[in-house]
Amino acid sequence: MTGERRERRAQLATPLGPFERMAEIRAVEEHIQLLFNEGHVRGSTHLSNGQEAVAVGVAAAARLTDVVTCTYRGHGQALALGLTAKEVIGEIVGRTVGCAGGLGGSMHLVGPDVGLWPTFAIVGAGLPVAVGAALASQVNRSGRAAIAVFGDGAANIGAFHESLNLAAIWQLPVVFVCENNLYGEYTRIQLSTPVSDLADRAAGYAIPGLVVDGQDVAAVTAAVSEALERARADGGPTLLEMKTYRYSGHSKSDPGSYRPAGELDQWLRRDPITIEAGRLIDGGTATAEQLAAVSSRIAAEVRRAAADALAAPQPAVAEMLIHVHG
Amino acid sequence: MTTLTLSKALNEGLRKALENDPKVLIMGEDVGKLGGVFRVTDGLQKDFGEARVVDTPLAESGIVGTAIGLALRGYRPICEIQFDGFVFPAFDQIVCQLAKMRYRSLGKLSLPVVIRIPFGGGIGAVEHHSESPEALFAHTPGLRVVSCGDPADAFAMIQQSVNSDDPVIFFEPKRRYWDKAEVDVAEGLAAALPLDRARVLVPGSDVTVLTYGPMVRTCAEAAVAAAQDGRSLEVIDLRSLAPLDTATIVESVRKTGRCVVVHEAVVTGGLGAEIAARITQECFYQLEAPVLRVGAYTTPYPPSRLEEHYLPDLDRVLDAVDRTFGY
Repeated sequence: MTGERRERRAQLATPLGPFERMAEIRAVEEHIQLLFNEGHVRGSTHLSNGQEAVAVGVAAAARLTDVVTCTYRGHGQALALGLTAKEVIGEIVGRTVGCAGGLGGSMHLVGPDVGLWPTFAIVGAGLPVAVGAALASQVNRSGRAAIAVFGDGAANIGAFHESLNLAAIWQLPVVFVCENNLYGEYTRIQLSTPVSDLADRAAGYAIPGLVVDGQDVAAVTAAVSEALERARADGGPTLLEMKTYRYSGHSKSDPGSYRPAGELDQWLRRDPITIEAGRLIDGGTATAEQLAAVSSRIAAEVRRAAADALAAPQPAVAEMLIHVHG
Repeated sequence: MTTLTLSKALNEGLRKALENDPKVLIMGEDVGKLGGVFRVTDGLQKDFGEARVVDTPLAESGIVGTAIGLALRGYRPICEIQFDGFVFPAFDQIVCQLAKMRYRSLGKLSLPVVIRIPFGGGIGAVEHHSESPEALFAHTPGLRVVSCGDPADAFAMIQQSVNSDDPVIFFEPKRRYWDKAEVDVAEGLAAALPLDRARVLVPGSDVTVLTYGPMVRTCAEAAVAAAQDGRSLEVIDLRSLAPLDTATIVESVRKTGRCVVVHEAVVTGGLGAEIAARITQECFYQLEAPVLRVGAYTTPYPPSRLEEHYLPDLDRVLDAVDRTFGY
């Protein structure tokens, strides 16, 4: 499992890698919605369509030995870091092939071998844990950095402020990546937050804060890489605000009807996959036809992965009684 | 053997833990330069350095979250929560993250974090500084919850907690910090009672008295007083509140047929309720009386002038013992 995950991670460094992975994330998220609609799994799920560039940019910039704490909207981040579509879908539909054997579910994906600690379903909870990973690196001089990925909603939670403060006073090698998708659950950011740019909050902790185009995977990769480099050179933490958008509602049952008319269309015109495709075509790396073929291949692979996941056994009921204590 | 206060015994235990494993770290508010408000970590930063005994800002959620990150990176952090009531800002990190990450990772991730909490009242320290929130944590799967009642246990149990691969919530009986007893600090842990076992502190035959933490001494005194009335109390220091050592409890109650559970915490929904339920289930045919509970009233912790009326004491324990003979 580890070998395949690492290979997939390495693919992000190839010219087509980021495009392929973003296309895969999109296909997986769409398929997950389908699986819920078809009743293969009950409960809820939180899709990240539209935010693929942040997930892939973070993974492309991070080393395998770095750690990422991320949120319940974490399917894309898990895939970007190297987990396979079968492992992610399998976890969500509760099968033994899932990355947590079907015991974690949609909100708790995990893959420590590629730096993914169990994803956090309480808003803001992952930030101090990333701070702890960074403190460990500072103590043992391992050069391993930590990245906390969280949403704009988390920027109003106490743990955000405690974490930025701790990281700043100790100058820890941690990068705070805020996915500002404009909505905290069902509430537009202007109704919950007094600043236009969350990156401004970095000033309160005397650390660098930057606004980044979260729809451009190259821009995300560059910004995270620079922040990681600074972190590893004892330059302390950075807050990066990725301006992005979630195409779906907050969760499975939310159609997102609170969004103003035309807003989704406006963001679809800045779709991260389309932007990356444009770059590849303009730079002569690939033709539109080649990219279309890649997307078709990936869609077929995801369908196959979903079929394989569904065909896998469910965990034995007794599994839920173990793993509580060591 | 050395005579140590409970506070100093904890300090010696922590010192051993730091000496024995370079991965052990201590962190918390004023634990370094000050040595903690109760001086439990006194001198440790001076001897082990600022990287191993870390002064933090006032940020309990941040402290416990940071400890989780350290643990996932191979460290064995010990967090001090300065007072019982200060643990609530860290509740999410403890209950939603620390307790459950092993489960979420199919047992692959261990979180050897110890959270030390001075708890209970009796020092005139009012609300937020006198509380007994142990049942909240004992109710949470994935945590081990323990409490020491005397200096010797304090010395051994803190080291055993650091060695545990599960997270441990370690409740220290605040008002007993200054109690003194003989402790063999040269003694290793091999002969120590395992962390998850209760101890029969005073053997007896008429009534089983189950307790832990600050009420251990009170119940031992009750046994002496009861003996003068010709009643033989068997006092058991539970030590481990999650998991409970049900076998030791059941063995005693089957023998005595009567049981009183004593804790400082509010009776409603407290550990006494869980213990009473287990005893009823396991000892139903041996019981001569219902299991009685002695604890605090279902009110917030009162101002210091009312504290002595609020906290269980020798008289309330003896009264409950008497009542078990009224059925």
